[in-house]
Amino acid sequence: MTATEIVTPPAPDPGATPPRRRAALRRLRRSPLGIAGFAVLAVAVLASVLAPVLAPYSPAQVHFDAPFQIPGTVGFALGTDDLGRDVLSRILFGLRASLEVGVLAVALALVVGVPLGLAAGYFRALDAVISRFTDLMLAFPFLLLAVGLAAIRGPSLGNAALALGISQIPGMIRVVRSETFRLKNLDFVAASLVDGASDVWVLGRHVLPNALSAVIVQATVAIPQAIIGESVLSFLGLGIQPPDPSLGTMLADAQQYAAQAPWTAVVPGLAIMLVALAFNLFGDALRDALDPRSSR
Amino acid sequence: MRSYLLHRLWQSAVTLVLATIVVFLGVRALPGDPALAFAGEERDPASLAAIRERLGLNDSLVVQYGKFVLGALRGDLGTSTRTGIPVSTMIGTGLPVTIELSLLALLVAIVLGVTTGVVAAVRRGRPAEWFANALALLGLSVPNFWLGLIAILYLAVGLGLFPASGFVPFGEDPVANLHHLVLPALVLGTGIAAIVMRQTRSAMLESLGADYIRTARAKGASPRAVIGRHALRNSLVVVVTVVGLQLGILISGAVVTERIFGLPGFGKMTIDAVFQRDYPVIQGVVLVTAAAYILINFLVDVAYSLIDPRIRVAGGQS
Amino acid sequence: MTAQGEPVLTVRDLRVTFRTDDGPVSAVDSVSFDVRPGEVLAVVGESGCGKSVTAMSIAGLLPPSATVTGSVRLRDQELVGAPEPTLRRVRGAEVAYVFQEPMTSLNPVFTVGSQITETLRIHQKLSRKQALARAVELLALVGIPSPASRVGAYPHQFSGGMRQRVMIAMALACDPAVLVADEPTTALDVTVQAAVLDLLRDLGTRLGTAIVLITHDLGVVADIADRVLVMYAGRVVETGPTQELFDAPRHHYTLGLLGAVPTAGRRAAGGRLQEIPGLVPVLHEQPDACTFAERCPAADEQCRAGAPALEPRDTDPTTHRAACWHPADALLTKGR
Repeated sequence: MTATEIVTPPAPDPGATPPRRRAALRRLRRSPLGIAGFAVLAVAVLASVLAPVLAPYSPAQVHFDAPFQIPGTVGFALGTDDLGRDVLSRILFGLRASLEVGVLAVALALVVGVPLGLAAGYFRALDAVISRFTDLMLAFPFLLLAVGLAAIRGPSLGNAALALGISQIPGMIRVVRSETFRLKNLDFVAASLVDGASDVWVLGRHVLPNALSAVIVQATVAIPQAIIGESVLSFLGLGIQPPDPSLGTMLADAQQYAAQAPWTAVVPGLAIMLVALAFNLFGDALRDALDPRSSR
Repeated sequence: MRSYLLHRLWQSAVTLVLATIVVFLGVRALPGDPALAFAGEERDPASLAAIRERLGLNDSLVVQYGKFVLGALRGDLGTSTRTGIPVSTMIGTGLPVTIELSLLALLVAIVLGVTTGVVAAVRRGRPAEWFANALALLGLSVPNFWLGLIAILYLAVGLGLFPASGFVPFGEDPVANLHHLVLPALVLGTGIAAIVMRQTRSAMLESLGADYIRTARAKGASPRAVIGRHALRNSLVVVVTVVGLQLGILISGAVVTERIFGLPGFGKMTIDAVFQRDYPVIQGVVLVTAAAYILINFLVDVAYSLIDPRIRVAGGQS
Repeated sequence: MTAQGEPVLTVRDLRVTFRTDDGPVSAVDSVSFDVRPGEVLAVVGESGCGKSVTAMSIAGLLPPSATVTGSVRLRDQELVGAPEPTLRRVRGAEVAYVFQEPMTSLNPVFTVGSQITETLRIHQKLSRKQALARAVELLALVGIPSPASRVGAYPHQFSGGMRQRVMIAMALACDPAVLVADEPTTALDVTVQAAVLDLLRDLGTRLGTAIVLITHDLGVVADIADRVLVMYAGRVVETGPTQELFDAPRHHYTLGLLGAVPTAGRRAAGGRLQEIPGLVPVLHEQPDACTFAERCPAADEQCRAGAPALEPRDTDPTTHRAACWHPADALLTKGR
């Protein structure tokens, strides 16, 4: 029997109705900080996608005749590093790598975390098993995961994203689990079950759409964490490998001559901070818009 | 309460066993033949076979796992392939530095996070709240290690207020020890402070809106008692949980912080081991960290049940 | 009945306005009443009629967004506009509160003993030991079995009814002149309600405490109140001795509450709250009209053109008065 034949008009579903989403969008548009965050993100994404066009030089191109040019020097808007590489070009490409890792990591967390969270929140029998799994993953902080992965498979962008993604899974599971648990006990879900809907139908039609707000908010929180995490790993040499530009490796290089050329340490850090801040601002505004009762 | 703690103890034990299995299998998944690593110059098949036999590589995985666990229980985590020093000895020297750094950072995080969180909740809608929120957002968005670099650049090297790197054991000279750890602890603590602040703020807002706050005010309690005694005590449950969840971040952060400030801790040892492919050290470090994490989480749950009497009776709640 | 002597609490022309995002909202308008020692005054009405706001404004417990004018006098002391430290000395010591939800109104992380002694130690110079002994006495007073061992228990270890007894013990700790009980039995099982009400009534009489009982449950009113104040949309619409008001209600809102309005298709159920069509309006400012006119079966142009005053204009608080242009008994007389 298919669920669709059996389900008579489902009970009013407060979350999936378009007016609520529209109201959320309206609230989001009224939040100046949220808009600012979104604008910065849009610029950052655009800049990193267009990096090959926008960057004045290749990120690896060295100018041995022009090391440690201060920002504002003609031809080098943000200065150069010890090898005379253009900081602006390296930032643009580094940003690209950062966003890539951030999105990949969170995508992994979504793909694994959402189904597990749904299952844990919905089926009591699975809850204990999945909770142990969550505990287990939490016992390995992302840096240790990255250390282990780097030891086994060698350091790379992919492994950094994998380690960061795995470390985001428990958080995602918890958020989805508690949302599912809450929604499962609401009247409209119970009504649907009474109508004879299958569990999968209820999860897909009622629980997931309503849990989506929480998932989106969690994702916007997770991405900046992953971006910062990537810079940490690359800084330690466990992530993106030179000569590929990354904001983390730029900072690792800068460490040795920061006193001489402070901009090489300041600019990449500011870039990471700006992007993370933009994500956090947008995420906060989104959360407030989706759930007006909650506040940070 | 006893049944709740027993339940949590059982859960922690299961997690710990699973963690040892993950570490064990992770090490088996390492590329290369461990026997070759031990053999060094020796390439003669007979001696390789002897080494294999000696290392127990010919046993079944189950037997190997059993030996691994028994060894770990006796404190035998193997020997560094680079230095020949027992891994447990290496961890024994690095761990105290990391623990001291982490505790100081946690102190910074709690003091900073709880106070700003309470202020933001109590002064809702005032400039103080705005300021506290902005601070928390910045704390969340700043990469700590970068903050460390900047602090070294301007405060240590530039102004000479703090040593830029190095470490003095507490037993040798407590003042110099703390002087060396102030910047690292601040740098490591701020990120966690931001998380603690946000959780404290929302927990306080929830507590302050609760009926028992109205009761406390109706008793004639002073604002200080209402906020400090009634609201904060209830919010602490959340704060303790959050602090527990930040341990992973704390451990990861400690590794980076040690690296930046040249502290001879656990973290530096870990990173060095990765680049030297010193597998026994990596295995030991990962195992000890996971075990510590599980232990601390168990202790957090104990603290939790001391703060909130309801948990003591309710039993196996999660 | 039990009321005696001068009023201990005198409320005159109380007005409460809340600042909201959608402009000011008037919650209480021109409310006046007296309570004497040992007397139980019931304030009744639907939710949103301003009865809880009235209760909270007595000891200045409203949030900062509320503006309170008029007068609340505790014996000779004016409480409206009194500074916060003065109000804190009054709260718990002279005006005590019992709230609706005994589960959430007690702090879950402290023992009941420490919550009772807190009140004692705020207002009286007692040692920890003396306060604890007093707490045990109070628990015994409100009928909690084996109080000496229960004093160290946490709120969640008590049943709902027992928790409310703890709340009452806490409220009576400093022997207050006025006890404000805001829906004290609403969250309790029906079987437990009667016991808690009896306790309140009994203690009020014995200790000479004036009780202001906020409720929407007319059964509760009939059981223990000496006098009744019926509120609608922030105004007092009818007041008088309980028996008189129940026997001959004059305001149509009171009639509706009593379920005495013979509406087509709905049978009156004696004593139970009947549903009155419509909702209590949210008022940005109080209109110069009868606020019940929109829902009143007897409303006409006069009702929409001016606000009726409480009649007869009598200063004796025991007089039965109603604010209605077309009081029910008059209609009945005309009809005959």
